[in-house]
Order: sequence, then structure tokens, then C-alpha cells
Amino acid sequence: MLKEKIEVINLNFYYNNNHVLKNINLKIYEKRITALIGPSGCGKTTLLRCFNRMHDLYPDNRYEGKILLDGKNILDKDADLMKLRSKVGMVFQKPTPFPMSIFDNVAFGLKLKGIKGNELRDRVEKALKDAALWDEVKDRLDESALSLSGGQQQRLCIARTIAVEPDVILFDEPTSALDPISTAKVEELIVKLKENWTIIIVTHNLQQAARISDFTGFMYLGELIEFGSTKDMFIKPRNKLTEDYITGRFG
Amino acid sequence: MVEETILETKERKKAEKLEVVFKAIFGFSAITVGLIIPTVVFIVLLAESKLIIEKKGLIKFLLSQKWDPVSDEFGALPMIVGTLISTFISMLLATPIAIGISIFVVELAPRWLKEIIRQAIDLLGIIPSVIYGMWGFLVLAPFMATKVEPFIQRALINIPILNELTSGTSTGIDVLTTSLVLSIMIIPFMSSIVREAFEMVNPLVKESAYALGATKWEVITTVVIRSSIPGIAGGFIISLGRAIGETMAVAFLAGNRPEIPRSLLEPFTTITVALANQFTEADTELYLSALYALALILFITSFIMLLTAKIILYRLSRNGQI
Amino acid sequence: MVKSNIVTLRKAKNSIMLLLCFISAIYGIFWLFWILITLVIKGSEAFSLKLLYLDPTPPGVEGGGLRHAFVGHFIIVSLATVIGIPIGIMAGIFFSEYGKRSRLFTVLRMITDILVSVPTIIVGATVYAILVKPLHHFNALSGIVALSIIIMPIVAITTNEMLKLVPNNLREAAYALGSYKWEVTLKVTVRAARNGILTGVLTGIARIIGETAPLLFTSFSNQYLNLNILKPMASLTVYIFNYVMGPYEYWHQQAWASALILTLIILLLFGITRLIIRERRK
Repeated sequence: MLKEKIEVINLNFYYNNNHVLKNINLKIYEKRITALIGPSGCGKTTLLRCFNRMHDLYPDNRYEGKILLDGKNILDKDADLMKLRSKVGMVFQKPTPFPMSIFDNVAFGLKLKGIKGNELRDRVEKALKDAALWDEVKDRLDESALSLSGGQQQRLCIARTIAVEPDVILFDEPTSALDPISTAKVEELIVKLKENWTIIIVTHNLQQAARISDFTGFMYLGELIEFGSTKDMFIKPRNKLTEDYITGRFG
Repeated sequence: MVEETILETKERKKAEKLEVVFKAIFGFSAITVGLIIPTVVFIVLLAESKLIIEKKGLIKFLLSQKWDPVSDEFGALPMIVGTLISTFISMLLATPIAIGISIFVVELAPRWLKEIIRQAIDLLGIIPSVIYGMWGFLVLAPFMATKVEPFIQRALINIPILNELTSGTSTGIDVLTTSLVLSIMIIPFMSSIVREAFEMVNPLVKESAYALGATKWEVITTVVIRSSIPGIAGGFIISLGRAIGETMAVAFLAGNRPEIPRSLLEPFTTITVALANQFTEADTELYLSALYALALILFITSFIMLLTAKIILYRLSRNGQI
Repeated sequence: MVKSNIVTLRKAKNSIMLLLCFISAIYGIFWLFWILITLVIKGSEAFSLKLLYLDPTPPGVEGGGLRHAFVGHFIIVSLATVIGIPIGIMAGIFFSEYGKRSRLFTVLRMITDILVSVPTIIVGATVYAILVKPLHHFNALSGIVALSIIIMPIVAITTNEMLKLVPNNLREAAYALGSYKWEVTLKVTVRAARNGILTGVLTGIARIIGETAPLLFTSFSNQYLNLNILKPMASLTVYIFNYVMGPYEYWHQQAWASALILTLIILLLFGITRLIIRERRK
């Protein structure tokens, strides 16, 4: 049973007066993995960063259109960005551990919400278990997060994100800085997270999109060229551009 | 053909000779700056202060409170304590402001304002200290004496300890004004180092904190400041060294009274003030030697402090981040 | 209910703290303006060309100027620059091109970096022992030496930093043509970094122009115009110090005017370095 989680309606995005996203329409389904693919500079990351309004951290940008999250427009002027971002978590291209202990990293978002004591401990533990990292770090929670390996750091960042129990998790090329073994682990984890979370992932790795996603959107020059189930798109793309891209003829 | 080869070998020999000559000249310059000068400074200061240390003993010189050249009494404690007090207060005033400015410039200000403030603060950093001193003496001190200090005294009159700390006649030539001017001098210095440390923080890490729903201030305290602690520490220590060694800004305002101040509104002295004011007056060998001993203390303290700061900053720049 | 309270509290804290940061920026700017505006007003009020071409009158007799101090300051600073700059640049070249892998020179570079911030009055005291005490009187030479010692590490460190920015393939390309190291260094590397080195030189000059403490007991002061560097020589900064501490109002005025001129010269040097840096970024 597919349920809509996010609906993007006629989204246009301008950055420094450049028209970066053009008339995007898209539906993201609950508890599914949606992949955004396309050559670099196509706007896939820009689109991803609209979902938690990361662009608002920087000057000179403008949204037009709507992004409905559970029916509410998150592009509204009076939308509460702090609340939005605790509902829509994000994991970045490179691991971004904070300069503090492993425990404090995962507890970061929880502490902001005012969670303390045993509940805090339990939820950190649960998040680390969900992120398949618990067994590796349970004896060294007080050590600096910077002492972990790259793959572990990335899973720590995932744990940190799911600890605050968001509805949606955005992944921005989460394995681009990792070795193949760590990549496999993170991919496995993302698939597992689908049970509880809606996931949007930007990737430049087509195999990755094919392996893990349920839906795929292909973007080119700021437009969403094609969107559909991953199976369909990789087997019989409707658009010539999509076909060229996934058969490796450009990009 | 043969001639050409001879010519070539000649050229080559000449070039090889030049190779050695240049290396020697460059190397000698490097040794002059990095080794000979600091060594000479250290040896001269040590040799010149030998007399007072032999006559009085190091401990007695450092801990004696009486500085009276007329009766050949030389105790460095008033200068040392004065330096510590003014440095401490000025750092106390400057540190939060410098961090606040850096936060404002790096994280808050729109681009155009960022540039203006950055330039303005850099400008504040290149004004010669003698101008801070004269401004302090001719403008700020009278203002402090007539407006600020009486006001502070009235406000604190019934609060124990604080009223004692602000007792005395308000002349503007005192610990408070000196420390204030010193802090104004340090602010640009410290904020430029702290700002650089803030700018080195990985933007993705900041974004991750925002992505967890943190407010700007929460991102600043938990991620930006934490990541920049070595940079802040390095900047703090360098500024401390600057405050301890600053001469002209202080020389106008301290009052050159070689006693440990009991109140913030009393004149006092520091190591640099004593040197600036008394060096040309030193009429006996012992007096001069006592001043050299003060200079030696200053040199060793600031050298160690700067060394610590440089090591911290050096590690920071080598690792990119902690 | 409790949760929304926490959010409001966090937002309030955020606003308050950010406001405090804004206020601290204002606080910093406030002093800058107070100092600069006073300097400009008092300095331009007191300025007259007589300041530049008249020597001082006897104390207490109004009028006169500080010609001798301007001349003295110029002599001291330019000779210090002439001595200090080449040595500083050459030391910087050695640190970057020859001594990069040597442990000894890494340490010496660090010491040089420290010397940039060592209190300048210490340099004055040291030079006093070497060049004043044996001669039994103050002299301009000792002031020149003191300032040159102060400018050397500044120039050495900036030269070093600027040479570090020169990409290695430029050096390699020059070596590939069969050049010797000194040729590569002087004709390619240093030339590529020359604007950067120039900013270092200008920064160094700006810095020593404003120095007072190391001159107090080296070049000392002189009531008369003196061109002999073995005798005491007046300098602007020492004169500012003495005049400000002195009792006469016209002394204070002349000090303000001199301070303004000094600051304008430094600002000019500062402005040029900024232009060079901006030019390079383009």
C-alpha cells in the first residue's frame, strides 16, 4: 500500500538569480527509497536540500511552488525550520562527526529536544543499534568520534540522524567518500531503514540506485526528466535522455 | 666546437660556484634571524642582569615589594603583579568581545557588512600603540576620571569588596583605564586569529548540526567553537603575550608608581612601563641591571607563551582540523 | 506542551546570544571610530605646514615645528628598512626553498615566527647594551639596528608564506630546463611570489614606522636637526610620547598632528597591500 509522504508541486528554485530547479513535480512515497540520479550539476543535490531547506542557511536564494510534507507546505514563509529539520534528517557526502564523544554525537539532537538521563541513554543505544554500529562502539562511547574509521563515522552520522526519529531521511551521496566494504554496509543499512523511514537518496552511482531504491528520478539541467519505479526506469526508460544516461552514453 | 665546450664548462663552474654562494648567503640570513638574534638577545639580557641577581639573589629580587632606586632597593614584585593584573583584566574584557566579533563576522553578518567590519577591525590592529596611548591619555583618561569612575564608585559604594576595589581618587591614570585601552588593542588582534579558526570549520559539519534542528547559537557553541578550540587557545595565548609586552599604550596610562595597587583606581606600574620610563634614568650599574632583569623576565615569559601558542597553531594547521 | 516550551526557550536564547555578538561587533567598531575621529579632528585642527619645516622652539615658547623629527624618523626607518628587508627576504627564501626538510631550520623558522611577536622594548634594551653603552651616548645607529631587527622576522615569515604558495610544478618546470637551484629560486619562484613578498615588506615598514618603545633608549631624542647617525636623533613617535606627557597645550596639538600624519602614512601602506592582495586574487 503506497502512501504519499511528500509532494513537490511546480517547484522552482533560484540561487544568485540562476534558475537552478525548473518546474519540478514529484511524489515521494512513505517507507520507500527514492533515488535522485543525473550528471553532476543537474540539480539533484539542490533539490534534496530543498526538503529540509538547507539553502536557507545562505543568502540569495528563492523558492517558488510548494513542497507538501504530510499535506503541509514546508516552503511557507512562517514554516519553523528547526521543527522541519528535526522531522527531515540529513546525511552528507562525507562523514561529519562533531568534535565530541561518540555518545554526545548521537545524543546531540536529543539533548536539543530536552531529553535527559535514562531516556537519553536508551535512545542513543537504540539509534546506534538501528545504525548497526552498537557492537563496534559500545565499549568506547566516551571516545572522540573522530577516532572512528570513515565507514563507522558515516554510520554514526546515520545514528545521529535517526536518533531524533525524523519522518524522512535525506542522503546526499552518502557513500562517495567510502571504500567498497563500508559502502556495502551503509547500503545494507539504508535498505533496512526503509522499514521505518521514508528515504530520499542522491547518488551518482547508478548501480547503487538500481540496487537499493524503489523509485528513481532522473534529473538533467535542473529539470526532472523522468520519474518512476526503479525497475521500470532501468529496464525500459521512457525518455531518450534517461536511456542515454543509464546506459553510460554520457555523464 | 672545442671552444664551446670549454665555455660551457666555464659557465657551469661559475653557476655551481654561485649555487654555493647563494645558499650560503640565504642560509646565513636565516641563521641570523632565527638563531643569532634571539641568542644575542638572551645572552645580553642575562649578562646585564647578572649583577642584580648576584647582589640580591633571584628569589629576593622577584619577591621583594620595594622598588626604590634612591636607596638601591630593587624588588620586581610590583612590576610583575602590575603586569599580571592589567593583563588579566584586559584579557577578561577582550576575550568575549573578540569571540563575539568573530561569530558576528563569520556566522551572522551579510557579506557586505562582513567585509566592512573585517577591514575596520584590521585597521584597529595596525594603528601604532603610541596612538592608542596618547588617545588614552588625552581623551579617555579625563573622561574616565570625570564621568565613568565617579559613577562606578557611587554605584558600588555599598557593596563590600567591590567598593574597596574602586576606592581612591579617580584620576583616570590607573589600572582600570590602562586595562581598558590594553583590551581595545588586543581585540582586533585576537579576533583576527579566532576568525580564521572559525573560518576553517568544515561547513558540512555545521550543516549537519543545522540538519538536526539546531538553532544558530547551538551550532555555534557545539560545533563551531568546539572545533576551533585550538585556534581560540592559540589566539588567546598570542594575545596574552601581546598584552604582557605592550609598552606604549600602557606607558601613558599606568602612572609609573612602583607599588602593588590595592584598587582599580590607583596608579601602578608594569614591567614594560618601568623599562620605558626608567631606562634612561638609570644612573647606577645596579639600577640598570635591575631593569635588565625585568626585561629578561619579560623575554622569557613571552617567549614561552608564544612558543606554546605557535605549537598549538602549528599542529592545527598541519592537521587541518583537530 | 513542555516540548514547545523548550523550543521557545531555545529560540529566545538563540536571539539573545546572537544579539550579544552583534553588540560586541558594535563595541569594537565604537572604539575604532572614537579613536580615529578624535585623531582626525584634533590632528587636522592642529596641522600646519610649519610642523614640517620648522624646528622646535624652546619649551614653553609657542610655535615651531617638528622638522627634525620627521627627518630623523625618515632616516631611521629607511635605513632600518634597507638593512632589514634583504636579510628578511633571504632568510624567508632559505626557510622555504632550502630548509624545508631540515629539522634545524624548521625550529629556526618557528623561532623567527615567535620573534615577530616578542615585545619590541626588549630589542631596544638589547641594542642599548651593545651599541649605546660602549659609545657612552645615545645614537641613531642603535635605533636603526633595533628597528631592522624588528622588521627582519616579519619580512622573513611573510616571504616564507608567500613562497609556499608558489605551486611546485612551476619549480619543477624550471628544473626540467636544466636550471640551477639559485636560478629557479630567484628567477622563477621569487618572481612568482614578488607581489606577496612586497606586501610583507610594506607590512613590515608599516609596523616599524609606528614603533616607539625600541627607540626610547637607542636613538633617544634630539632638540635639533641631526643627520649624524652616531648622535642622538629625534623621531616622530618618541616626540609624540614626550610631547603628550609634557605640560604645554601646543605640544599636545603638535603631537596630534604628527600622529595623524603617521597614521595616514601607515594607512596608505596598508591600502597598498590590500590593493596588491586584491589584484592577485583576480
